[in-house]
This record gives sequence, structure tokens and C-alpha cells, in this order.
Amino acid sequence: MTAMVSDAAVGTDRRRSGRLRRNKKHRAQLVQREAEEGRSHERWRSELQHKLYSAKLMEALARLRLAGDGGGGGGGEEVRVVPTRGRTVRDAADRALAFAAKGRTRWSRAVLMTTANRVKLKFRRIRAGGGKGRLGVTGAGGGRWMGRKGKGKVSVGRLRGKGSAGVRRKVRELGSLVPGCRVEPMNVVLEEATDYIAALEMQVRTMSALAQLLSGGDSDAAPAAGHGHTSS
Amino acid sequence: MSSRRSRSRQSPSSAINDDQIIELVSKLQQLLPEMHTRRRSDKVVSASKVLQETCNYIRSLHREVDDLSERLSELLALSDHAQADVVRSLLLHQ
Repeated sequence: MTAMVSDAAVGTDRRRSGRLRRNKKHRAQLVQREAEEGRSHERWRSELQHKLYSAKLMEALARLRLAGDGGGGGGGEEVRVVPTRGRTVRDAADRALAFAAKGRTRWSRAVLMTTANRVKLKFRRIRAGGGKGRLGVTGAGGGRWMGRKGKGKVSVGRLRGKGSAGVRRKVRELGSLVPGCRVEPMNVVLEEATDYIAALEMQVRTMSALAQLLSGGDSDAAPAAGHGHTSS
Repeated sequence: MSSRRSRSRQSPSSAINDDQIIELVSKLQQLLPEMHTRRRSDKVVSASKVLQETCNYIRSLHREVDDLSERLSELLALSDHAQADVVRSLLLHQ
């Protein structure tokens, strides 16, 4: 009889907390995935991130005033020179991307701060102390990644000394490409670069899917743009 | 976070290890499209080559983003003139 009671209890529990458990499980899975993997590549490839970013991007784009000709609607208030349309879109996309990074990386913070306001650069220096501490999270993720990924391990040529001049030069070049990494030490630059590349890839994927959607693309469009199908 | 502690046990200060750099560079190598597709690339690749490829790859990604944003701006401007509300509601409903 005890068995029956316990079974019934389990049954009701399951039914009652089924929804809760599913939500909890889902959330736990997400958190687990984000924390355990920690690998920037995985994070930027997840469906959730893709959806978040595309939603943010569309929101931002819809707000933009792109019809520069004809209407002095938006142009009257802005004192600055209105940049070319492509540039505006690109800046908006970059800002949305940096926002999606949730400020966990240096490049995302740099992108957000430059576009917001020049005055905010003052706060940037003060934030630098907190920012460096926060970067530890990505560092941990990196270490864990290396331990996990066994297949396809490639070896890199040994560096002579603490990074020979050639390598250092290349890292500097890399630093000038990744926003906000021009004067950072080598390991920071490399770390940021990996995350930045993964994020850029996602940006490209999302934007091309969006462009296909807008131009009434073929049915071979990306699966993410599934429901917007105005297949003519 | 625990792995970070274990990794940097010998150098808590700002001394950057060679191994750290090599680790990061090989991680970068995994991301690069050319070097990733070749499964048999167990050969040693020089770090500067990886870094050079990374720079090229980032630049090409930037270029792609620029092209896409140009295209998107054209498409959006087009939709601005004609049936703006329809298209925009379609976008936002996603």
C-alpha cells in the first residue's frame, strides 16, 4: 500500500510540477550549457542566441530612419552629419551584437561605449577595474574548453621565448582589428578574438537570413526565418 | 572558475605563460574555417601563420557584414517607401 501511495504521489507530483519542472529543466539546461561549455563558439551558435540577436536587430532596424531622401523627418534633429545608410545599419547591427554579449567581453563593452557617448569614456576608465575582474569568467571558460575538446587536437609551433617579435606583431595587428583590444596583453587579445570571431559569424548568419527574408528569398532560406515565409 | 585557479596556480601575477598563448592560439585555429576542415592537420602550424589567418578571417567577416548591411539598408529603404507598415509589422512579429 505504501508503494501505491508513493506511486500516486509521484504521479500527481509529476503532473502538477510537470510544467514547472520543464521550465526549471529548460532553464537549468541553458544555465548549464552556458556555464559548463563556456566555450564562446558554442554560445554564439545556440539557437537561443540566434533568436535573441535577430529580435534585437530587427527592433533596432525598425527604429532607424533610413529614408534619408524625401523626408526631413529624422534629419532635422540630428546635428551630426548623417552617415551613409549602410554604415548606419552596420553600426546598429554591431551595437545589437555587443548587447547580446551582455558586456562579458571587452570588445562588446568597447563597442557599446564608443557609440553611446564620447563623455562616457570617463566612466570607461573607472569601469576598467571591474571589467578586468569580470573577464575572469571567460578565462575560466577557455581553460575548460581546452580540457574537454580532445578530437582534432592540433599542435602549434613552439614559441621562442615569451612570444617572439613576429608573433607579438601579429597579435598587435589582431588587437587593432578587435574593438577595444589595442593595448591589451597578448592573452587577453587572443581570448577576445576567439569570442569576437564567433560573434561575428553569428552576426553574418543572422543578417544574411534577414536579407533573404526581406528580399522574398527562395524556400531554401535559413531555418530560423521559417515562419516569415512570404513565398511568392 | 575553478579551472582557472588550477590553470594559473603557478603564475597568479601578470606573467603570461607561453603555454597559455599556445593554448589560445590553437583554440583560434579551431575556429578558422580553412584549418578546421582538414581533419588530418596534426602537423605543427606556426603561431604567426594562425594569427595571420585570423586577421584575414576577421577582415573578411567585417567585409561581409558591410556588404550585408548595405544590402539590408537598401531593402529597408525600399520598404520604407512602399508598404512600410506591412513589412515592419512582419519583421516585428517574428
